[in-house]
Amino acid sequence: MKSMKQLMKKGLALAPLSLVLLLSGCELAVLDPKGPVAQTQYDLIMYSIIFMLFIVVVVFGAFAFMVIRYRENRPGRKESDYDPHMHGNNLIEIVWTVIPFVIVIALSIPTVDSLFELEKPPEAAAGEEQKEPLVIYATTADWKWFFSYPEENIETVNYLHIPTDRPIEFKLSSADAMTALWIPRLGGQKYNMAGMENTLYLQADEEGVYDGRNSNFNGEGFTKQTFEVYAESEEDYNSWVEETQSSAPELSQEEYDELLKPGLTVEAEYSSTHLEFVDHGTNEGRDYAIERHYDLYGDLMHLYSDQDAEDFMDEENDDDHESSVE
Amino acid sequence: MQLDEFFVTGEPLIYGGMVSIALVTIAILFILTYFKKWGWLWREWLTTVDHKKIGVMYILSALAMLFRGGVDAMMMRVQLAFPNMNFLNAQHYDEIFTTHGTVMIIFMAMPFLIGLMNIIVPLQIGARDFAFPYLNALSFWSFLFGAMLFNISFVIGGSPDAGWTSYTPLAGAAMSPGPGQNFYLMGLQLSGIGTLATGINLMVTILKMRAPKMKMFQMPIFTWSTLITSFIIVFAFPILTVALALMTLDRIFGAQFFTLTGEGMPMMWANLFWMWGHPEVYIVILPAFGIFSEVICTFARKQLFGYKAMVWAIILIAGLSFLVWVHHFFTMGAGAFVNSVFSISTMLIAVPTGVKIFNWLGTLYKSKIKNTVAMMWALAFIPSFVIGGVTGVMLGMASADYQFHNTYFLVAHFHYVLIAGTVFACFSGLVFWYPKMFGHKLNERIGKWSFWFFVIGFHVCFFPQYFVGLDGMPRRVFTIIPEWMPLNIISTIGAFGMGAGFAIFVFCILYSYRYSEREKSGDSWGDGRTLEWATPTPVPFYNFATLPEIDSQDAYVKLKEEGRTTFEEDKLEPIHMPNNTGQPIIMMGFLFFASFGLVFEWMWMAIAFLIAGLIMMVVRSFDYDEGYHVEVDEIKRIERSARGL
Ligand code: HEM
Ligand SMILES: [Cu+2]
Ligand SMILES: [Cu+2]
Repeated sequence: MKSMKQLMKKGLALAPLSLVLLLSGCELAVLDPKGPVAQTQYDLIMYSIIFMLFIVVVVFGAFAFMVIRYRENRPGRKESDYDPHMHGNNLIEIVWTVIPFVIVIALSIPTVDSLFELEKPPEAAAGEEQKEPLVIYATTADWKWFFSYPEENIETVNYLHIPTDRPIEFKLSSADAMTALWIPRLGGQKYNMAGMENTLYLQADEEGVYDGRNSNFNGEGFTKQTFEVYAESEEDYNSWVEETQSSAPELSQEEYDELLKPGLTVEAEYSSTHLEFVDHGTNEGRDYAIERHYDLYGDLMHLYSDQDAEDFMDEENDDDHESSVE
Repeated sequence: MQLDEFFVTGEPLIYGGMVSIALVTIAILFILTYFKKWGWLWREWLTTVDHKKIGVMYILSALAMLFRGGVDAMMMRVQLAFPNMNFLNAQHYDEIFTTHGTVMIIFMAMPFLIGLMNIIVPLQIGARDFAFPYLNALSFWSFLFGAMLFNISFVIGGSPDAGWTSYTPLAGAAMSPGPGQNFYLMGLQLSGIGTLATGINLMVTILKMRAPKMKMFQMPIFTWSTLITSFIIVFAFPILTVALALMTLDRIFGAQFFTLTGEGMPMMWANLFWMWGHPEVYIVILPAFGIFSEVICTFARKQLFGYKAMVWAIILIAGLSFLVWVHHFFTMGAGAFVNSVFSISTMLIAVPTGVKIFNWLGTLYKSKIKNTVAMMWALAFIPSFVIGGVTGVMLGMASADYQFHNTYFLVAHFHYVLIAGTVFACFSGLVFWYPKMFGHKLNERIGKWSFWFFVIGFHVCFFPQYFVGLDGMPRRVFTIIPEWMPLNIISTIGAFGMGAGFAIFVFCILYSYRYSEREKSGDSWGDGRTLEWATPTPVPFYNFATLPEIDSQDAYVKLKEEGRTTFEEDKLEPIHMPNNTGQPIIMMGFLFFASFGLVFEWMWMAIAFLIAGLIMMVVRSFDYDEGYHVEVDEIKRIERSARGL
């Protein structure tokens, strides 16, 4: 039992270290940043992990030493190994108070620094011109995403396109429950709330398709409230915008109200935005959905893991983007 | 309301649950009747005001709740092991993570610790009971009825499904109609009365009822941590009470405090919840720190290193715990300045916490470690908790928290602190004080098996969750994508390891009841340092025949050196004790039915039972029961037989 325990403790001490080494090789979403915001957060996380590993190594080392050396029946124990009346030591107690304090200071400085930095659009790399942020209103309703591009006058449901190397200014709000917009490879999350507007800056440096989702629990359809981000070059993005403007239908208020009903829905695009009827991020817009669909929120979809929006569209059997509510 | 709306229908798991609840109830009723135990149950337990018996009832209930919460956990882990599992659907999963979280924090962790406090604190300070024994019984019944109310939602009416945090507007009447969320509100409200009363009770007990001459800075460290915890309870619980009351008004009476309509402020709930919620997590960790300190000193056979620093660290942590609540919603967009302030205050908590860790290591330095099961739980706590602590600091760095928040990284953090802290402490403390409570030890060999299963299972279960969180897996999803599968399978295996550990622990209790040697001395481990070990085992109902004067820390070490006991025949005097009473259980029973009425919005029922409860309070106000005296001869007889004189 004894030796097994020591082995365990040593193993425990090494496990985090080896795992970090191991995992820096593979691509955990948060540790695989594809834009400056995620990069800032990645740098901060890596910086903090060094301190944390230091603390873990020191404490685990001291712990292993004590437990091994001061066991009652360690062979070769000496009289001098036992001092029941030792009650403290001012010097060492001051040392081990000051060191954590210094570590906290060392962690606070870059934290505060990055907090202020993340409130602004990411700065362009040296030598490149600073581009105006692209404004996208990201609105949630149980359990879907609306992305409205006011400048371009288009709106998408459950996916979005963004140009690379240009800051995106998300205006976050919700039609009903509180949610959060999170695209791990582009940066951390922020809440969407009804009746108020949050601003979140993100940016993609590399082209690609990134997973995004609502990360704040908001009821039955939460798990399926995901979307895809298509980050593409300026030209590709522009041609996508033009195509959407010319080929997608306009969004009528009736259709939008229908979409606001709690439920899952498939991807869609429109050549106008819902901001014309309502901005859920304002105090006037906060009860828009609740007023219209109050009685529907209690209904269940009976959602199982292998189902997604399509399964619920079939039931309705029309190509309106209606959600299914029993 | 139709009967099929009243009972939850359509789920095989729930039918299974109903059948097993019915069977267990019938079995208990049968056994009680067959062995003619009803009178005994009523006289000895249901009407008792003895802190030791109340403590035992707390701990038994907490173990039952640990079982319930554990079954929830297993079901979630099964569902999450593989992508596309259809073991639970989304709605069922939501209900289960909600009840799991609420049960574990409110109905398991807190009552378990309060149970240990109940039994041990009066013994540690040389008191004969709580300051207010009647109130103590009231607290227990309020907790138990609150817990039962919450738990019957499983079969009647439907469980709450908005998370243990119950954020509005999701948890409001519009988006969560029906009785489910009301069960949460009323269950917590009812048991909250008891918690608050216990806080006041313990505070007064510790401040006013210490043995003659025992100074504050001579109190055992578990008593200290209990005192500070009581202060946190008294300051934090009223916030919860108010928040719950406001949400109840919203849901049942159509008020608009947290609604989207009518200028309500949904975000205010998050603020109020965490102004209580963060102190709450310290309510469940500080007593755990106290337990570890006692166990480590005892089995290291050494005085606590840096006693004063330990006490001040607890006080500092308690103070800071009220200044960090915003770290639970850094992502709400309060701005860089607010987040900076709360980041720094959050990380500052790590300093006194670190001091405590180093002081425990200092206590181990030049010690003589005896490897008992209680000590193993305490030792396993140190490295495990450090992992939880450092990741807590990472979460405290707000700009990094934007990436960790709402993910399994966070889930791993709080399970590392709550399980390696609170749960290990409950096991450690229970094993350590078991002989004092039940007159025999728990079997050490079986105890070690349960320890290893649980501790290894715990790390296997939760360590991978840090990484799956970094890979973008949010908390509260009911199914996973294939990328997250390997780590989730490992996690599920670990969870079953913990389940096995718990099962072995329960087996250990049954086995030891039957086979363990009965205790002959009061100082079961031979290394007791504090006053509880000075009492004989079983502890007489009045605890101390005579109260020794205390002039040092580790009072019992000194008594042993001087050859003194808590039975000095020449100093015996009659002891004043309170009478048993059935009022607390009846009063709380009425409030239980009143709450049940509110849950279903049956106002006639709520009002009728509320009036009944008020009448009980009036009855209590005119209650002139002064208790009774235990005569000197009787004390002599009890002490002589208990001490084998
Ligand atoms: C070193 C000390 C600690 C620090 C710095 C710390 C920090 C944090 C932070 C910043 C969060 C919020 C993270 C987020 O939501 O994104 C958090 C969550 C949490 N912490 Fe800690 N923590 C510490 C110790 C503890 C302890 C001792 C406990 C309880 C025993 C605890 C229990 C929790 C719980 C239950 C949550 C999550 C609640 C929820 O969202 O459901 N923490 N911690
Ligand atoms: Cu807000
Ligand atoms: Cu907190």
